[in-house]
Amino acid sequence: MPHVSLTAKGSRNFKEGAIGAVLFACAAASTLVTIGVVLVLVRETFAFFSEVSVIDFLTDTRWEPMFQEQHFGVLPLLVGSVMVAVGAGIVALPIGLLTAIFLSEYAGPRLRKTLKPLLEILAGIPTVVYGYFALTFVTPLLRVFFPETEIFNAAAASLVVGIMIIPTVSSLSEDALRAVPDSLREGAYGLGATKLEVSTRVVVPAALSGVIASFILAISRAIGETMAVTIAAGNLPNITVNPLESIQTMTAYIVQASLGDTPQGTTAYRTLFAVAMTLFLITLAMNVLSQWVLARFREEYQ
Amino acid sequence: MSTTYDIDLAGREPALEAIDLSVYYGDTHAVQDVSLTVPSNKVVALIGPSGCGKSTLLRCFNRMNDLIGSARVEGRVDFHGQNLYDDAIDPVEVRRRVGMVFQKPNPFPKSIYDNVAFGPRVNGLKDDLDATVEQSLRSAALWDEVSDRLTDSAYALSGGQQQRLCIARTLAVKPEIVLMDEPASALDPIATQKIEELIYELKKEYTIVIVTHNMQQAARISDYTAFLYMGQLIEYGPTETIFTNPREERTEAYVTGRFG
Repeated sequence: MPHVSLTAKGSRNFKEGAIGAVLFACAAASTLVTIGVVLVLVRETFAFFSEVSVIDFLTDTRWEPMFQEQHFGVLPLLVGSVMVAVGAGIVALPIGLLTAIFLSEYAGPRLRKTLKPLLEILAGIPTVVYGYFALTFVTPLLRVFFPETEIFNAAAASLVVGIMIIPTVSSLSEDALRAVPDSLREGAYGLGATKLEVSTRVVVPAALSGVIASFILAISRAIGETMAVTIAAGNLPNITVNPLESIQTMTAYIVQASLGDTPQGTTAYRTLFAVAMTLFLITLAMNVLSQWVLARFREEYQ
Repeated sequence: MSTTYDIDLAGREPALEAIDLSVYYGDTHAVQDVSLTVPSNKVVALIGPSGCGKSTLLRCFNRMNDLIGSARVEGRVDFHGQNLYDDAIDPVEVRRRVGMVFQKPNPFPKSIYDNVAFGPRVNGLKDDLDATVEQSLRSAALWDEVSDRLTDSAYALSGGQQQRLCIARTLAVKPEIVLMDEPASALDPIATQKIEELIYELKKEYTIVIVTHNMQQAARISDYTAFLYMGQLIEYGPTETIFTNPREERTEAYVTGRFG
């Protein structure tokens, strides 16, 4: 009987093992970095709150960490971020959803193939460009209609952040709309529904979980957006509802404080981490919320 | 080459009349010069092997083929003296009068009530919606099973119930003709039997054209049967004749199960 070797060759075993180890190291590295970032955030945030009470942080209406008499109320920054996010949402959610409906239900396959990449280019423009676009084009335009508009203002920043997040809404919503089975569309057409009725009364409601998840992700991006709002919205922590005034968002504050005027180890320096933690918790919550919405309503259609 | 028997219209206008109807998908001639008269308040079955064009023909009767970009229709379908393929005809209006039930139950992800109310709502028939919903569910023999849970999701129903819901939904817009594309093929035998009994009831008020793979089903429920093969209408006449004494060789071979 001829001898057949079925045992593994030593060198192959070693190679397979090494490849596995390298791949594991890559996967582990990104996870470890994330954990590290969170740990640093948590440690510095605790250090900050050993010096400033959480109550003050959450209820004081002034954010003046660099002044002689320090105030650490995060509300002005929070209001600034929320105002930009709401303004961006007002711009992006309707336009993004209508674009998605157009791409999914109205555009032919060829038009869709052309339009979708073009739209996604919007997402590829560096955000610093959006910032200067807001400052040098949108703000002067706003001043034509509202002369009282300040040079740095929330409205211009909201508008450009809104434009920036349109692709997030339209692209994810379109995926959700296209996932609705054609049998539902046919059923509606068979009852004498028009294309508009099929789109708005059957397809959008059936895809609602995906659409809402795209909204939440887009808003979460708007809250985290940094460069455009730093350039265009100003650096004045300000509790206001007037979008024509200068404000400061949480992200813009982090940029300002990181630029070097703040001596390391001081409370003012640690505000960076407390604000970053707040921002992180908000965007984390929104991402979890969007995942939950997707999972909760996934079984809406068969 | 095709055989057509006299269709007894009982002195009434036919519900539908296809004249030299052809459908092309790109270069494929899926339905070839079919002429067929559908009498009012009867059940007409379209039978034939897979790919013979029976579903395509059915979808011509309410202009569902318009939704397929590559489909092109030639010839006429007359309905109340008007050609459905005339330029002036609005397919949305056509589909209101010629309803359709599909192969797989396709209720909307809405409540049972909203599924049935959908058609009346989009067609502006909002007067007495509750009564319309109840009457439609009764006509579809579903009312007794769902009357106490109209706000439940349609997906909570079994497959057979869902299909009867889809029939109720179609009836709610008060069509004259109901097209059914293998409505029982995804259902178990008991659910199938319910659908068949329902079809028998429905022909008192509606004209029904049904595509079926199941020859026994065609024999049980239809008054007239059309046998299609490779896009052509081979034989069309009273169901009993088609099944017991067909004139065409291919019809006999198919209904006796020699191919298909």
